[in-house]
Amino acid sequence: MTDGYGLEDKSHFRGVWVFLEGRAGGLRDVSTQLIGEGRRLADLRGTPLTGILPGHGVDALAERAIGYGLDRVIVVDDPMLEIYRSRPYAQVMAQLIRRQKPEIVLFGASKNGRDLGGRLHAILETGLAADCVKFDIDAEGNLDMIRPSFGGKSLAHILCKKHRPQMASVRRNVFVAPPHNPDRRGEIVHEQVELSPQDLDAKLLEFDEFTKEGGLRPEEADIVVSGGFGLGDPKNFQLLQDLADRLGGAIAASRKAVDSGWVPKTLQVGQTGMTVRPKLYIAVGISGAVQHLAGMQESDKILVINIDPKAPLFEIADYGIVGDLFEVLPEMIRQLDALKGGGVAGPPALPAEAR
Amino acid sequence: MERFDAIVVGAGPAGSSAALTLARKGFSTLLVERGRSPGVKGMFGGRIYSWALQDLLPDWAKDCPVERTVVRENMVFLTEDASLGISFDSPKLGQGRAASFTAVRAKFDGWLAKKAQDAGATLVTGIRVDDLWKEDGHVRGVMVAPNDRVGADVVVIAEGATSILTRAAGLKADLEPREVSVGVKETIELPAETIQERFGLGEKEGAAFVFAGQSSLGLRGGGFLYTNQSTISLGLVVSSEDLSRKKVEIQEVQNRFRLHPAVQRWIRGGKVVEYSAHLVPELGAGMMPRLWGDGVLVAGDAAGFLINNGYTFRGVDLAIASGVAAGEAANAARTAGSMRAANLAAYDGFLRASNVLTDLERFRRAPLFMKNERLFDVYPRMLMEIAERLYTVDGTGQQRLVDAVLEQAASTDVPKLKMLLDLLQGARSM
Amino acid sequence: MSGPPSEMRPMRIIVCIKQVPKAQELQVDPVTQTLKRVGVPSEINPPDANALEIALRLKDHHAAEVVVLSMGPTSFDESLERAVAMGADRSVLLTDRILGGSDTVPTAYALSETIQKIGGYDLILTGEETTDASTGHVGPGIAGHLDLPQITYVSEVRIVDGTIRARRTAEDGTEWWQTNMPSLCTVNFGCNKPRSPTLTGKIRVKRGGVIVHWSCADVGIDPKKVGLLNSPTIVAKVDTIRLPPRAGRIFSGDSKESVRALLDALIRDRVVAL
Repeated sequence: MTDGYGLEDKSHFRGVWVFLEGRAGGLRDVSTQLIGEGRRLADLRGTPLTGILPGHGVDALAERAIGYGLDRVIVVDDPMLEIYRSRPYAQVMAQLIRRQKPEIVLFGASKNGRDLGGRLHAILETGLAADCVKFDIDAEGNLDMIRPSFGGKSLAHILCKKHRPQMASVRRNVFVAPPHNPDRRGEIVHEQVELSPQDLDAKLLEFDEFTKEGGLRPEEADIVVSGGFGLGDPKNFQLLQDLADRLGGAIAASRKAVDSGWVPKTLQVGQTGMTVRPKLYIAVGISGAVQHLAGMQESDKILVINIDPKAPLFEIADYGIVGDLFEVLPEMIRQLDALKGGGVAGPPALPAEAR
Repeated sequence: MERFDAIVVGAGPAGSSAALTLARKGFSTLLVERGRSPGVKGMFGGRIYSWALQDLLPDWAKDCPVERTVVRENMVFLTEDASLGISFDSPKLGQGRAASFTAVRAKFDGWLAKKAQDAGATLVTGIRVDDLWKEDGHVRGVMVAPNDRVGADVVVIAEGATSILTRAAGLKADLEPREVSVGVKETIELPAETIQERFGLGEKEGAAFVFAGQSSLGLRGGGFLYTNQSTISLGLVVSSEDLSRKKVEIQEVQNRFRLHPAVQRWIRGGKVVEYSAHLVPELGAGMMPRLWGDGVLVAGDAAGFLINNGYTFRGVDLAIASGVAAGEAANAARTAGSMRAANLAAYDGFLRASNVLTDLERFRRAPLFMKNERLFDVYPRMLMEIAERLYTVDGTGQQRLVDAVLEQAASTDVPKLKMLLDLLQGARSM
Repeated sequence: MSGPPSEMRPMRIIVCIKQVPKAQELQVDPVTQTLKRVGVPSEINPPDANALEIALRLKDHHAAEVVVLSMGPTSFDESLERAVAMGADRSVLLTDRILGGSDTVPTAYALSETIQKIGGYDLILTGEETTDASTGHVGPGIAGHLDLPQITYVSEVRIVDGTIRARRTAEDGTEWWQTNMPSLCTVNFGCNKPRSPTLTGKIRVKRGGVIVHWSCADVGIDPKKVGLLNSPTIVAKVDTIRLPPRAGRIFSGDSKESVRALLDALIRDRVVAL
């Protein structure tokens, strides 16, 4: 087998790395979730777990990150890294990786995470598996990267047998974040990386934050009320919102509803949208295409409301109502209001960290 | 902007024939079809009379996708549960210039469009031409959108029965319900051997049926059945005026027709695999649009070239002949110096030369006659009862044919004079 | 590149597209566990169609040449023809047996080499990801190879004073970025409505000469860096998903009764609290 990439001996590569992404003074959920999974893999490999944190003025964040289970954080501090840009960040990662040779590098599949991983894997000429849902270590010590394929019907096992590092990205809420231990000790290392002014190749002109609009994000909610093609009309999403308000939940949608232009893509649950794992997922007028399942099948409890008793989604329902959603939903709202004289709450909220 | 000498809209039999003729005469020709491929959007009963094809492509039989050559013609009168059929066998059927064959439009149209391309025409599919580009009433090309136009010296409109461009060309008013029938057809799968066994046919032989009377639940119209290789085309052409007046869905009429014992005996065990419906222009020469203008000609169903004279349906052959005539007319006009209406009027002559117009005019009374309600109700029942009298041999005395007829005629409510007139009218229009 | 585009030198936009099985028609071959591609209707990967629409809109307003590029078997000609019929100027298909089975590393490499052979580019556009593989790696991979500024998840692109401005959908909000030319943008699925092919465009396609086929040798691609055996990742095996069994208490009949029974159950099981 010939290979054009000039591989180095695999045994030179050691250690599990997690790319850390900051947000509003803290870490992104997906980064903390990955530290938890990274810890497990590092222990299996008997090697340290390192977080990589490029940025500017991020020392406090690095300290905090240790508490989630890292042995070490490598900080690369440079004004050029204050906000994310593809080229300088890829430069940083590439130089560090070539210098220190980790065996495994994990990225959160946020917009920037995917942006970075895609560019980096081509520069390093190594394997990157996208949107993994599970990891194992195989008999030869390779990272078994498991991801859904073919519309979520199957799980593919991806291996990167000869190239190092083995890289993978993971979407938010696939793993659960570990609790934070403020007493945990670890190493903070500052590394220098060669960056040139040319690396500042993009200028940020404007940033408009998404407004919450009083609505909870589905990835953060304990209860999600999700609507599909059965709603028939965009204005019927108000019904979902009314129910969600009574339950303290967030609304979401299936791909068909998004493709029909009824709601923005930011609400889409499914293989090409969000993954959610709330305590209760209520699916209204959704038939249950496998691509949708991939985004919600790990919810604690699933409630399905559909007029068709044969809708596939009933097969994975904990609770269900076969009926016309235009009767059932208003009835639910009516009875909930009567029971509480105003509304009910979801299960008691867990501390924010544990989510 | 792209330009061609000629643009033909619609790659059905009329359009492809026009394009083929034009290309052979040295016109750079664009043939535009709205369907994914030719024949996908077209529909017909199932039989093509080959004479027009023989003139256009003498070698047609070598590779034309023929299903079966028709060697037996049938006419069947129906009442609710009885039928009276006439079957015509002759070695002359299926031979020579009068030969006809059954076909599948998607294959046939595709074959004919390919012939046009082989002759040099450019075929574009998947584009619907919505409008003509005109300057001072003179057609200069076609327009799909304001910035998507193609220029031409002459445009041949061959879009089919639901043509919108004839109106854009100022050549025709809107269709009225009485001008249009609804044609419906089911394709029923049956193994070739079963078809051959059941219909008494050889390997490439076919049969054609016309059903009259109660085939259409008392609505004015007629049924047809054609044998293809391993499918049967079964359908109806029904007056759309009657459909709306009696508030009946065409699918229901077709269902009842299919379930009639006289039909079931032929299709029993078969599986319906396809269903299609289409508008059918009616009234023949009675409703023809003006067929030519400055820079424009109309051919095929778009021009109303369909003959339904009660015992046969003709559409494809007329479409082919008129497409050819349109090509000839354009050529004559080019020789004469311009594509003005005065020069394109040569179209009339070419249509008469191939008997398209003459036949249409000859049978122009047929559609009106076909609207005579007694044809679908009283007369078929009369015939049935005559047949019953004749075929009832139960010891109570057998009748002679003439007595049976006279007695039956006397026993209906229809005055004798009216019956005679109907007979005369029918004879003249057929 | 000799200076920014001008009237004398129109902007060259390269759009990378892939032909994929039509979304609703995804079928898995039960024997090989791979996507069925033969005999299944195909389409331009929808996000790539959105990218092409961005390029064509730029061409509506600026002097520009749109070149469409794809890598795959010759059946991909169908999509390249459609792209030209929509308004692209010309197209290139990189097609070679040795490319078969390439993962995103060789794909990004091969496309980058081909883009360099086309040369003179000011903007590269491609969809955010494909509907069949869904990695989203190739666009950024090309930017990495060619060392270009990279803006992902873009829904709009403008040219202002010879610079590129792109509106990006980031994790927490919308960003407007500015880069010099050339740069690369990946485009959000559904950010616009791709235009239909025109009659004029289809005639152009029929006249011919709008697609050029290149082999790896034509481009100068190293065979030892492409293909199944030279791809860092492999699919070792495929499992079918087993979902945990669920309780399945389904209520039907009168809505009032069903809802009452459901709420009782939810409260009793502590799924919701009063």
